[in-house]
Amino acid sequence: MFKAVNFTRNFSYSLENVSPFLIRASPVSKFVFSEHVPFTSEIQIRKYASGNTIEEEILGKIQDLRAKAYLGGGLDRINTQHKKGKLTARERIDLLLDPCSFNEYDTFVEHQCTDFDMDKHKIIGDGVVTGHGTINGRTIFVFSQDFTAFGGSLSKMHAQKLCKIMDMAMKVGAPVIGLNDSGGARIQEGVDSLGGYADIFQRNVLSSGVIPQISLIMGPCAGGAVYSPALTDFTFMVRDTSYLFVTGPEVVKAVTNEDVTQEELGGANPHTVKSGVAHYAFENDIEALQRVRDFVDFLPLSNREKAPIRYTDDPPTREDPALNHIIPVDSTKAYDMRDVITRIVDDGNFFEIMPDYAKNIIIGFSRLEGQTVSIVGNQPMVSSGVLDINSSVKAARFVRFCDAFNIPIITLVDVPGFLPGTAQEHNGIIRHGAKLLYAYAEATVPKITVITRKAYGGAYDVMSSKHLRGDFNYAWPTGEIAVMGAKGAVEIIFRHVSDRTQAEKEYIDKFANPLPAAQRGFLDDIILPAVTRKRIIQDLRVLKSKELPIIQKKHDNCPL
Amino acid sequence: MTTQLCILRFGTRFSTNLLFVNQKCSISSRHSIIRGFHSSNAAYKASFNEKETFEKILIANRGEIACRVIHTAKKMGIKTVAIYSDADARSLHVQMADEAVNVGPPPTNQSYLNIENILRAIKSTGAQAVHPGYGFLSENSTFVKALDESGITFIGPGEKAMADLGDKIQSKIIAKESGVNTIPGYDGVVKNVDHALEIVKSVGYPVMLKASAGGGGKGMRIAWNDQEVIDGFKIASQESLSSFGDDRLLIEKYIENPRHIEIQLIADKFGNTLYLPERECSIQRRNQKVIEEAPSVHLDPPTRKAMGEQAAALARRVGYVSAGTVEFLVDPERNFYFLEMNTRLQVEHPITEWITGLDLVEQMIRIAANQKLTFTQDDLKFHGWAIESRVYAEDPEKYLPSIGSLSKYIEPIGFIGKNEVRCDSGVVEGSEISIYYDPLICKLSTYGETRDKAIQTMLRALDSYIIKGVTHNIPLLRDVIGSERFGSGKISTKFLAEEYPDGFKGVDLKEESLHELVSIAALVYVKRDLRNWNWKTGKESLFKGELNEKVPNKWDLYVNVNKDFSPINVKVVKQNENEFLVTTGNEQKVITTEWPLETPLINAHISVLDQKRKTVTVQYLDPLPVGFRLRYAGTKFDITVHTARQHELSKYMIEKPKPDFSKMILSPMPGRVVSLAVAVGDVVSQGVEIAVVEAMKMQNVLRSVRVGKVKKIKVKPGDAVAADEVLVEFEDINVETKEIE
Repeated sequence: MFKAVNFTRNFSYSLENVSPFLIRASPVSKFVFSEHVPFTSEIQIRKYASGNTIEEEILGKIQDLRAKAYLGGGLDRINTQHKKGKLTARERIDLLLDPCSFNEYDTFVEHQCTDFDMDKHKIIGDGVVTGHGTINGRTIFVFSQDFTAFGGSLSKMHAQKLCKIMDMAMKVGAPVIGLNDSGGARIQEGVDSLGGYADIFQRNVLSSGVIPQISLIMGPCAGGAVYSPALTDFTFMVRDTSYLFVTGPEVVKAVTNEDVTQEELGGANPHTVKSGVAHYAFENDIEALQRVRDFVDFLPLSNREKAPIRYTDDPPTREDPALNHIIPVDSTKAYDMRDVITRIVDDGNFFEIMPDYAKNIIIGFSRLEGQTVSIVGNQPMVSSGVLDINSSVKAARFVRFCDAFNIPIITLVDVPGFLPGTAQEHNGIIRHGAKLLYAYAEATVPKITVITRKAYGGAYDVMSSKHLRGDFNYAWPTGEIAVMGAKGAVEIIFRHVSDRTQAEKEYIDKFANPLPAAQRGFLDDIILPAVTRKRIIQDLRVLKSKELPIIQKKHDNCPL
Repeated sequence: MTTQLCILRFGTRFSTNLLFVNQKCSISSRHSIIRGFHSSNAAYKASFNEKETFEKILIANRGEIACRVIHTAKKMGIKTVAIYSDADARSLHVQMADEAVNVGPPPTNQSYLNIENILRAIKSTGAQAVHPGYGFLSENSTFVKALDESGITFIGPGEKAMADLGDKIQSKIIAKESGVNTIPGYDGVVKNVDHALEIVKSVGYPVMLKASAGGGGKGMRIAWNDQEVIDGFKIASQESLSSFGDDRLLIEKYIENPRHIEIQLIADKFGNTLYLPERECSIQRRNQKVIEEAPSVHLDPPTRKAMGEQAAALARRVGYVSAGTVEFLVDPERNFYFLEMNTRLQVEHPITEWITGLDLVEQMIRIAANQKLTFTQDDLKFHGWAIESRVYAEDPEKYLPSIGSLSKYIEPIGFIGKNEVRCDSGVVEGSEISIYYDPLICKLSTYGETRDKAIQTMLRALDSYIIKGVTHNIPLLRDVIGSERFGSGKISTKFLAEEYPDGFKGVDLKEESLHELVSIAALVYVKRDLRNWNWKTGKESLFKGELNEKVPNKWDLYVNVNKDFSPINVKVVKQNENEFLVTTGNEQKVITTEWPLETPLINAHISVLDQKRKTVTVQYLDPLPVGFRLRYAGTKFDITVHTARQHELSKYMIEKPKPDFSKMILSPMPGRVVSLAVAVGDVVSQGVEIAVVEAMKMQNVLRSVRVGKVKKIKVKPGDAVAADEVLVEFEDINVETKEIE
């Protein structure tokens, strides 16, 4: 029963433990690097050869360079990076990918700039580490910018390295994760650097909808560089160490005379709360990389794949009687839609995206019977779950992502309508609200809708209604589906009647229930909340073979 | 079904004298048809003439006790009527009853204490009798009188007995007259110090001087000698004057290390007044019982008999009928003194039912229906040991109530045999614990042949009791029940104050338990990690062979518990599907666990070389960003699990400063703002009242913890606030301390 066990799975070795050859090759003995050194075994064979051959000399040189490449901008800069609470490019890759799974490309690439004495300053790898590896066994392409090497600035060669893995990823159909930590363009290279950015942007766009692209901002990202994350599907940030802005605080001060810190201008906080540029903020590098691993597990590797299915112990037929009482008796009272979501999905596991932005709508990923699904839900806790500009845009982009990557969409509706007022109208609620309508109408993935309570007005149509090709549309018995709330409706219908209490009661009896919609076939069924999980899972099984003809066109013209 | 069969068998085969012979069978019939309530001892039921009692009764209560009464009524074939306030419309007791009547808005004085509405409910439903439960109107003689006048039977004592015993001073006098031991002392007001010294001579030291108008410990002094009487008299009367505006003092004997032991009585209308075995309720906080047991380790048969006889004498004197309880204080020498009599069914009655096999509610109903008790004092024996833990929705550190919805609620009755554990509760998953009523979630009681067995079962029951959504006191209950002192039975009413002088701070992890916890935590990580590799579709699963090769089977982990300890290295090797070899420090364990992923209960079977295999139950509460939260030995722990590489790099992560809460006043619990004592711009010093927040009828004064200037007030009186909601913000000021010239 008790065996002595030898733990050989150390993920890092100090150089003393590896090979004498390596020690000769590198003068640095304290530096620790990870095990994914691919060549150790070959070299160990070579060291028994006698005499000094030319091959061995070249090998020695290669080793020398490789060891140098691992040091990036050197130990001092690595220390500085660590002191800021930031990990190095390679350490980040270690934590992002499965141990020993990383295969690096272009380790020896150097910049070719000769201006401003740049030919005398070369760092092997040129400020970025690229390659592929696996996350829980699935192939992922990754680049990790190295702030210790020229501040991670983007040169022509740096851009070329990125483009290479992006092209590879497209070819094989695997996601690209970018770990951004860059001061911006390499000024010495001038237009070469700008061209490099554009090359990346072009690939971001071509990859869009083909492979998932994720940007994790782990340091500064300013100027033109910000547009690459903006083009990718998801942008994550690390609190207190990452910034995204088009122009920095100095320029802001010079132009608008506004005093603002980096953090206030483009830190994780403003971007996850106010601007909606970033989808999630993590506390530190370790948490960020761990959570991105969890996040990637939800995604198919490309649009050629179905949503992935992972093992689960949560029974597909599980009923939850507590859901029957989750809607408050008083229909004006709020409840947390997240409680509904976590009670329905596998293991209560819900990865919410943009949790701090436009909180009146909830979006995120979960699994049902192990398969990834996306959830869109109105949040009655915040502004009664009303649809406004920000919430429409937030959900619209998410719906489009899921449609592109074959992820079924579950929509939970409790919406009192669109938010009225000049602030909304003048800022274009019509234009922005249309985005969500467009996204739902366009989507061809399985669409299942459950109306938990209110579905009023145009918002009823928008929220994945039957009319927008909803596959299965349900309401709970607490559903209220009407053009507007009783009070408002009665004021219009019975304009000339002074006492409207009776009329209001009649209206409530007539419309504050899901029957009228069910009688017209706009709902497929009225279900008990307790069986929601079971029903959705059954439906998803049916919808596995769903096919909808896609009309051939160059591309659509989604309102922007 | 089982119960029915049992009844038949008992009814035909056993006579009354054989009541307790077949204890085991009666215990096994203790499970319920509905939600694990016990059913009464079939033998007792059979022992009654199967006479009709009532057709329909109304239960003038809510929550667990309403469910408890409905259960017995159903068993007896009586139709039930529940009453409910607006807040309770969906409560379990409403669902269980045959009929339910709304009696008003949530506040108790408008609903459950609203006699007028309740009478209307009785009339409209045609209920013949009313069971009051405990609390609310159970000891309200006006209510009993009103019922009498309308010809409705009250299932409880008569109005006069209730009124006589309800008054504390009056009841003490009656007790004395009935020959019940009362605490020695002077019945009147003490005139002066000399008078006090004179009284002390007859009472004997130690004595307690207490304010006649008193309460809450104010104006109270304990004296062990003459000098202390002289000093104490002065201080106590001054305190009394300043607190209550009345300097009159009383003197009574001070009982050292007292135990709270009470006698259950049952009396019919034919003069049969019997005493049942005692209950010990010494584990109390703020004079509220937390853990009770029956019988008491402290009593010997003669004392038990003496206490029982005195209690019965008291009841006889006032012509008491129905169930009632006489509470005593018992000192270490087994001298006992009368405290008070409760003229109702007690909260902790289940433990008496466990060891006697009686259904007290059934007895109450039969007595109310003018039936005779069918057993005598000599028939009453008891068997085994029962312990009850009151599971409250409250923070066990500060005893603050917690409200919310029970997002996860699974009673241990499913995991442990029903003849060992009983849950008296009125909630299900999804139920709300509201601010309007008592935050009791459940009375969890366990039974064993011996006290130790009952304790062991209680520990298992507490470990596997899953409650999420509200803060609860299981950590404290688990710690007390598992403590050596409780196990030894050396308890007193001062137990909690003595064991946790600075309040309960969670279980104290010893080296061994820490290693046990981190081993199980590592296993949780490993199981989840393996799951993460278990793809059913996707491109990679096409290369299953290759993938399987890559799936880890060894882990080198660093487990951090609450960030209190330095991370502990745990090495795990998978041996087969559910068996893992776990190494912490120098110790190797083999742990097998069948944990259905992400479910709340983890049963880990741990084998260490040369030791007996043991089973540890840990609860998996929530996932955290990097790690998860576990409940171990009752207490919650935040667990971070790092791989070796993550651990190595974690030293570079900068610990972020926590927000400075000293600059804010937070609401300690959900509730309502009653008043605000400051305005924006006010400068306050430390300890100044800032606001009053009310929750569950308790007013909490929030005070400034520092010197500062009020920067922002975020609420106004009447606002509902959530726990940890910011009420008031401060800004720093430079305090210039000027000497007064």
